[in-house]
Amino acid sequence: MSIFIDSGTRLLVQGITGRDGSFHTKQMIEYGTQVVGGVTPGKGGQKFEGKVPIFNTVAEAVSETGANTTVIYVPPPFAADAMMEAADAGIPFIVCITEGVPVLDMTRVYPFVKERGSRLLGPNCPGLISPGQSKVGIIPGRICTQGPVGLVSRSGTLTYEVVYQMTRAKIGQTTCVGIGGDPINGTNFIDCLNAFEKDADTTAVVMIGEIGGTDEQEAARFVREMMTKPVVGFIAGQTAPPGRRMGHAGAIISGSAGTAAEKMQAFEENGVGVAKRPIDVVDLLKRAMR
Amino acid sequence: MNIHEYQAKEIFRKYGIPIPPGEVASTPEEAEAIARRFGSTVVVKAQVHAGGRGKAGGVKLAKNPAEAKSIAAQILKLTIKGLPVQKVLVTPAADIASEAYVGIIVDRAAKRAVFMASAAGGIDIEEVAAKTPEKLLKHPIDPRYGLQAYEAMQLAFFLYSDMKQVRAAAKILQQLYRAFSENGGSLAEINPLVTTPAGEVVALDAKMVIDDNELDRRPDIAALRDESSEEASEVEARKANLTFIKLDGNVGCIVNGAGLAMATMDLVKYYGGEPANFLDIGGSSNPEKVVAALRIITGDPNVKAILFNIFGGITRTDDVANGIVTAIKQNPLKVPLVIRLTGTNEEIAVKILKENGLSAMTDMDEAVKKAVALATGGKAA
Repeated sequence: MSIFIDSGTRLLVQGITGRDGSFHTKQMIEYGTQVVGGVTPGKGGQKFEGKVPIFNTVAEAVSETGANTTVIYVPPPFAADAMMEAADAGIPFIVCITEGVPVLDMTRVYPFVKERGSRLLGPNCPGLISPGQSKVGIIPGRICTQGPVGLVSRSGTLTYEVVYQMTRAKIGQTTCVGIGGDPINGTNFIDCLNAFEKDADTTAVVMIGEIGGTDEQEAARFVREMMTKPVVGFIAGQTAPPGRRMGHAGAIISGSAGTAAEKMQAFEENGVGVAKRPIDVVDLLKRAMR
Repeated sequence: MNIHEYQAKEIFRKYGIPIPPGEVASTPEEAEAIARRFGSTVVVKAQVHAGGRGKAGGVKLAKNPAEAKSIAAQILKLTIKGLPVQKVLVTPAADIASEAYVGIIVDRAAKRAVFMASAAGGIDIEEVAAKTPEKLLKHPIDPRYGLQAYEAMQLAFFLYSDMKQVRAAAKILQQLYRAFSENGGSLAEINPLVTTPAGEVVALDAKMVIDDNELDRRPDIAALRDESSEEASEVEARKANLTFIKLDGNVGCIVNGAGLAMATMDLVKYYGGEPANFLDIGGSSNPEKVVAALRIITGDPNVKAILFNIFGGITRTDDVANGIVTAIKQNPLKVPLVIRLTGTNEEIAVKILKENGLSAMTDMDEAVKKAVALATGGKAA
């Protein structure tokens, strides 16, 4: 088992003929993901790599292929529209990889997607992978291995680092989810923790946060109140100077809320194991799963 | 992107917000001439991307043109929160009956733009919000409809009881929302919004932050960027598409991805060192980016060792290796270099480095320990 995606995932790629879209589509197919179609307006009727049918619109692609998930690689000015088009076509799970989506666009996209009952992951996220079953997005497949631990993270490469260290220590994963670091994103820590709690094969969860906002603090309270499975966490940005932007729009410290120290304290108070270094996640997991 | 007060005021004026006249000076003589034209007591205000200007001595009254000149001379010598003051805004002093605060910010929790209003405006608004939250009204805005007239009135009634002032403030709030949403703001603020003894409602200050992700589609707003008021190395980094923030330590860090970059800095500190910077070379890196990154890092005389930490996903580690080799050929390093890389095309990267007399590590902790030891003058572990 896994969360959000599995071997039954039938994936659509919006922006399949673009530079990033085509590269990662090949990688996803190679990993074993069922890519059932692509969307690029004006290229309907063509085939990607001679195999995957391309459509002009998402609605058409859904009715022809029965896609149940879509991944978006279109450039930032068009990303909001792509997310809304996917939701309007009734796709239940939408993953937006695109980095640089204006936040005011997201204030419109978020309620639009929600009202149509779809789940959005991202934007500005690496996507997710259920090792051995399906990969949607850009997480390198070979650093992952099948196993009992769920992972949710706000970061990209830091996620790879932690997964890599887990895999080296022979701790496999059910699903690794990158929720992205933007101020407004579709899926948050609590959504993923809730799904991992319900997933029969997940026995422990890793949560990787960073400075800015209060999502990790709320997630920590959720762990104490709603979860039976052990959760361990790491927070990046302990040395970040206050008030300076650190690359992610989300990583802004506002007032006292959102420092690494504050988040680590919330972890501690709510029974989430605190890793001081990324490598400590491995030891904490071993202890928690004993 | 931060813009200056005088630039935010120009935007707000376009939307009809009442703002007293003002002109910008870069020299004491210009400030004197502007004060003479106004012919009244003026306020001289530092134009710098930092809060707490008043408390730092960057906002002062001048009773006559001669005083405006000497005060401008003082302020133009100031450095506020590390940023040198290059310009001052000279504006006629206003008589103030009351000071309120109004602002809009995109709120992560509400997933919307949220209006904030308080009748207790002025320089201590943060403290007011923290200690007496009942004095601050927050109101989320539905982006589909914007700030409706009745909502603006609700906010205005929270600030004033005089009906003329309520109506004037409600109009300003709607104008402020348009200025914010039509220019890609992530923050727009008037503090203080004052009433004059004659009963008028006027914006005495203006602050606006633009979402960096909006700049590509708003070239007119992007043109407001004032590079002279930013750290030179940060300007160079932005031009090379790098995210760079200078810090005070001595271990220069070059990393791909913001989260991993922060975690690397944290590890430097964990092992007893101090990071000299935050530097994210981003996803699809090319060798030129790496060359630019090394040039920026080596420009900091505090840096005693350089640490690369690259986890190749989209980033190809052979691109990074090529960049390192090119950069060192152009400009031989005077400080030791520690390279940790793993992931996409790792074998090719290691081969490229080896052929050029360099070596790479695969373990992040070991690499950080080594860089810290080298920076502190000790032997590498």
